[in-house]
Amino acid sequence: MSFINYSSREINCKIVYYGPGLCGKTTNLQYIYAKTNPEAKGKMISLATETERTLFFDFLPLSLGEIRGFRTRFHLYTVPGQVFYDASRKLILKGVDGVVFVADSQIERMEANIESLDNLRVNLAEQGYNLDRLPYVVQYNKRDLPNAAPLEQLKTLLNPTRAPEFEAVATTGFGVFDTLKAVAKLVLTELRRGG
Amino acid sequence: MPDVMYPEEQQQIQTICQRLAKDSNAKAVLLIAKDGQTIADAGETGHLDVTSLASLTAGNVAATGGISKLLAEKEFTSQYHEGERTHIHISLVHQRAILVVLFDERSSLGLVRLRVKKAADELGRIFDAVNRKAQSHQAPSIFSEITDDDIDNLFND
Repeated sequence: MSFINYSSREINCKIVYYGPGLCGKTTNLQYIYAKTNPEAKGKMISLATETERTLFFDFLPLSLGEIRGFRTRFHLYTVPGQVFYDASRKLILKGVDGVVFVADSQIERMEANIESLDNLRVNLAEQGYNLDRLPYVVQYNKRDLPNAAPLEQLKTLLNPTRAPEFEAVATTGFGVFDTLKAVAKLVLTELRRGG
Repeated sequence: MPDVMYPEEQQQIQTICQRLAKDSNAKAVLLIAKDGQTIADAGETGHLDVTSLASLTAGNVAATGGISKLLAEKEFTSQYHEGERTHIHISLVHQRAILVVLFDERSSLGLVRLRVKKAADELGRIFDAVNRKAQSHQAPSIFSEITDDDIDNLFND
């Protein structure tokens, strides 16, 4: 839930990157962290296992600038993608303002993508959210891999509602900021609408 | 926790946090929304990464809340972590916000608990007041004035 502080003149919003294990959620945040001016970002926190798999969440606070004298701050979170961390994923969705679903384009990860997307809908519903009414964008990551599925197939399977969608290669940064900007704009637009 | 904060109530909350820091001989006091946004801080916070601390504490409280559900407990209202030099007391304020007190050997867990209880009651009353204000008071929302250009301008690199 966005938090508006009229005293410090700040708008704070929470964006969650969701998706199956190893789809590149953490890589998205790492790229954003690496390419953002030091004054616009806080420390990136990764609660990960020894093998660098996300255990609880990654967290990156970003300051985007001012709107009408209010500083806009976005808190970016990732969830742990592995199936058995479902309880943790639910917790991280609390208070979410916008969601990025990061899909793994590799053809053999299609089932994992679908399962994760279903899981997102269920977990959001448990918190009283409807994915179709939330600011939501889809990112097709790993487009550079030779075993990437055709884009049309991904769109049909993973984005039937035609949410804004982006191709990406998070390791090089391709599509990463386009995705972030799109979801951030949707969040602010939704706030204006009184969401 | 209300999703807006007005200057008058912010000042009252700030005063309560400052008094709590002083009365409990704490190093620092933070008040955090349950989703990890910092509402107020007091005491020696200059050297602290308050944003990170807030996010991690909220994650910690959320995880503890998940455990309480599994155990069919309503909630665990407070947590205490003992370090070598710094200790941390974390408590839920009326199930809506998280009050964090960092303290060292100048204070004690008993004193912190006592002062936290009093501060939590006061904070709860202010949250109620903010909620009432947000519902009844037709405060002009800044969002109604925001244009597409304002949003686009944020992203002009």
